[in-house]
Amino acid sequence: MNETTVIIGGGQAGAQAVDSLRREGFQGRLVLIGEEAELPYQRPPLSKKFLSGELTEERLWFRHRGFYDEHRTELLLGARAARIDRTERRVWLTDGRDFPYDRLLLCLGATSRRLSCEGAELEGVHYLRGLADALRLKQAIRPGARVVIVGGGYIGLETAATCRKLGCEVTVLEMGDRIMNRVVAASVSEYFAAEHAAHGVRILCATRVAKLEGSRCVERVVCEDGSTHAADLVVVGVGAVPTTGLASDAGLACDNGIVVDEFCRTSDPAIFAAGDCTNHPSPHYGRRLRLESVDNAFEQAKAAAQNMLGRAVVHDRIPWFWSDQFDNKLLIVGLSAGYDRLVLRGDPATRSFSICYLAGRELLALEAINHSKDYMAARKLIGERVRVDPDKLHDMGVALKEAV
Amino acid sequence: MTPRIVFIDADGRRREVEARVGISLMEVAKQHGVSGIVAQCGGACACATCEVYVEPGWLDRLEPPEDMELGMLESAYEPRSNSRLSCQIPITPTLDGLEVRIPPRQA
Repeated sequence: MNETTVIIGGGQAGAQAVDSLRREGFQGRLVLIGEEAELPYQRPPLSKKFLSGELTEERLWFRHRGFYDEHRTELLLGARAARIDRTERRVWLTDGRDFPYDRLLLCLGATSRRLSCEGAELEGVHYLRGLADALRLKQAIRPGARVVIVGGGYIGLETAATCRKLGCEVTVLEMGDRIMNRVVAASVSEYFAAEHAAHGVRILCATRVAKLEGSRCVERVVCEDGSTHAADLVVVGVGAVPTTGLASDAGLACDNGIVVDEFCRTSDPAIFAAGDCTNHPSPHYGRRLRLESVDNAFEQAKAAAQNMLGRAVVHDRIPWFWSDQFDNKLLIVGLSAGYDRLVLRGDPATRSFSICYLAGRELLALEAINHSKDYMAARKLIGERVRVDPDKLHDMGVALKEAV
Repeated sequence: MTPRIVFIDADGRRREVEARVGISLMEVAKQHGVSGIVAQCGGACACATCEVYVEPGWLDRLEPPEDMELGMLESAYEPRSNSRLSCQIPITPTLDGLEVRIPPRQA
């Protein structure tokens, strides 16, 4: 078989696709094109154990270099795809090289949403998406440094916790009325706000950044309410946008991500896509999703690999997410949109509790704070659409899997 | 001294590898391409896809699991009394000779 598969993108999805394609028996030529110079690596630790110094760079790698040789993969790192010629079935790189393909997999990921206010281009303004960002930030962090974080989402809060552990003075500016307001229940926001406060992180909600000031480096953040926050460095975590340029330039359907079907196929049957860059259907939830998650990148790449080999594997998983902030682990499973009832299990004062989101008697999602048992049980209950008993749910004395 | 670890797959095949002190048992498995250890979350104790069954005699020589790991294990793939998440086992010199079995599937 002389078929060629080209993968563009060397993140979680791209690396997983190499593994899955070979494991599923793909014998042809396999090319992985990655923009970053490093071997494919894990991103989640960048704001946590990598930034804190607990993990070295090579411990972020999914696989050592030899893996790609063993899997007969042409690994092109530091290489950027410029254009996809769908008629010729060929990928052109910015350096002029070109690769023909029979099947193409796009794992383009997402990029940090940038601040657009005055002063956003000053030195000392950081984003955290890739290893290069993390290394730059790590070098800038000093004990006692005044760190202002724009955005109280996962990235902002994880970075806040790490910077605080490293001895920085940390202020988080969140424009919403509470932190993580798009992803967790109010009581969970409240719990994490209290945890951050207890560790000395200052969190200001309903606070919008107006501009950044400084002569060359950022020196202060000015908010719309007129307040000013002195800053030695600023970290911006205000969300991400899917990387779709290559796909839309090639005429593939894009709409908040590259549009794929449940088999991970784009609007061109020879081209598949997986990971953060996709807008994909969720049969379980009956709607389209764009997820920024390790799990989705991993599973969608696995399904895409199988579909590229002519199988018919539907990508239909219950999404899950996690976040580590100080000694707290937040575990989220499912999607809460459409819930009609919230049930609190346990007592936040014990530092271990969960929030159940119900639609009638169906559990849609669960947020577990330092409670892995509920989280794991919920994965099953949600996936199998088990009807739960709301009256038993609130009692932490009843195991979640028994609250049916 | 470099500890040696034995991974036994679901078909009973043994594979002995060298393990670097200070990393986790899960990372050892990944470094050596031991199949059956998925470790989707990369060691954050968030996915229960790096489960191993620890061979008799070794369980007591490991640091006991924390609550977070125990909670994950309850719904892991066919959990047994000797189930552990390999991402939660740091390699120490005293683990030279450790033997673990890999379940046929992960959660």
